[in-house]
Amino acid sequence: MEAVFSNFDEYLKAFGVTLALFVVSGLASLVLGLILASLRVGPVSVMRRAAGLYVTIFRNTPLLMIFVFMAAAMPKLGYNFKWVENIEIAGWSVSAFFVRSTIALTLYTSAFVCEAFRSGVNSVDVGQAEAARAVGLTFFQSMRYVVLPQALRAVVPPLTSVQVALIKNTSVAAAFGMAEATATMRSLTNDYGSQRPEIFLLFAIGYIIIVEAVALSSYALERKWKVA
Amino acid sequence: MRPRPTLRRFTAAAATAVLATSIAACGNAGNDDTETRDVDVAENAADEFEDGTRMKELAEDGTITIGVKYDQPGLGFKGATDDMPKGFDPEVGKILAGSLGIAPEDITWKETISDNREPFLEEGEVDLVIATYSITDDRRKVVGQAGPYYVTGQQLLVRSDNDEINGVEDIKGMEVCSVTGSTSLENVKKEGAKPRGFDTYSECVDQVLDGTVDAMTTDGSILLGYAAEQPDELKVVGEPFSEERYGIGYSKDSPEMCQWINDTLTTSFEDGSWEEAFDVTLGESGVEAPEQPELDDCQS
Repeated sequence: MEAVFSNFDEYLKAFGVTLALFVVSGLASLVLGLILASLRVGPVSVMRRAAGLYVTIFRNTPLLMIFVFMAAAMPKLGYNFKWVENIEIAGWSVSAFFVRSTIALTLYTSAFVCEAFRSGVNSVDVGQAEAARAVGLTFFQSMRYVVLPQALRAVVPPLTSVQVALIKNTSVAAAFGMAEATATMRSLTNDYGSQRPEIFLLFAIGYIIIVEAVALSSYALERKWKVA
Repeated sequence: MRPRPTLRRFTAAAATAVLATSIAACGNAGNDDTETRDVDVAENAADEFEDGTRMKELAEDGTITIGVKYDQPGLGFKGATDDMPKGFDPEVGKILAGSLGIAPEDITWKETISDNREPFLEEGEVDLVIATYSITDDRRKVVGQAGPYYVTGQQLLVRSDNDEINGVEDIKGMEVCSVTGSTSLENVKKEGAKPRGFDTYSECVDQVLDGTVDAMTTDGSILLGYAAEQPDELKVVGEPFSEERYGIGYSKDSPEMCQWINDTLTTSFEDGSWEEAFDVTLGESGVEAPEQPELDDCQS
């Protein structure tokens, strides 16, 4: 136990990186996933197919391979994202490693987010969309004002599962230059081999707390959006 | 007319046999170009050990399981098509097995990564761990570590066109990679560098070649192995800035192994087989065999 408690600032910093990876790629994947879902149910057939192809590629590829691609292949192709390190906003700047990791996580997760949204849209009665078009709303207006508000209610549970998976998937970044929770755990077990079980336990608890916080807020949302 | 079933079966069997021979031939061809040295194998070794000791059991069984690394050129490396791991660590393993009367081909090699060295010893998965296993007080709480059989220190590997980094004093604020969770990575963090952990050393080397990170760090002997592979692209800089004493791990259940390991190492220091083992492995990159390290006493 004291291996972790005497390094508690390291522990907190590590979960800080995990959280940062989760929040940034979580939000990015929600945005990208929503766009993809709109394209997949939209009227333009080229876009429908493109979004379908995206889902096929990224949902069917292991996350680790996407990471390897971002970390090993992209720099060889000339994209190492080093330029982001020169951008500074209010004294903060991010490393190229952070950017590459969040891109990999976002590309992967948004495919699942897209499918969760699509299932939500499908759960809305088709008559709703037809009625919206009948009163003269465009496709985007009917999505924005009629279909999505109703779909959102249905997608909270599957979207939560996708985001929970994302929290745990951030651990893949441990092998790609990010000193997040799993990487820090490995450096502690290396230094304190005699306290291995305790270290595992304390890091597992850290993940459980984060996941539980996300799950509880999702239950709260479900209750709030519930219609009688 | 279609061939009769028996005939077809015969053709299939023949094809398989031909295929098998050609694969075996490939395996042999692969072995020819690896430099090996002759290993002394003691005869009637079992008689030399007292009853009830682990050494006696191993000598009577005629086989031993040794955990080594598979991803460190020069120290412990096994390519995808190799039959046996190569490097200084396996050579030391052969010396130890030889003193038990076990020939190199009777040794069972098992890959150990940094994370599973203690668990493997505790569970009896392996008899010995010879896997760039630095001796530390905390590890000695759970397993036995005899030796050291080799002392090295952490250095830096950079691209040969890098003039900025000439030693550990230049790495402040630089991105330095190594294997996730390793002691080397902790050490450069203390020096003010940004640590970048990867799964394997080879991925880390790629990052240096790409210019994605500024330098790679780990024990000098491993870095020399990589620099020797690509001397035009990579160079090792600076003096060693840590001391790693590689020990041989054994289970705490058989503390008698410590004295045997120390005795065998002492003999190999004296008869030159230790130096020979170094020359055909790490020595390939042009380094002279270092001075023989002083062994720790075995606590009972």
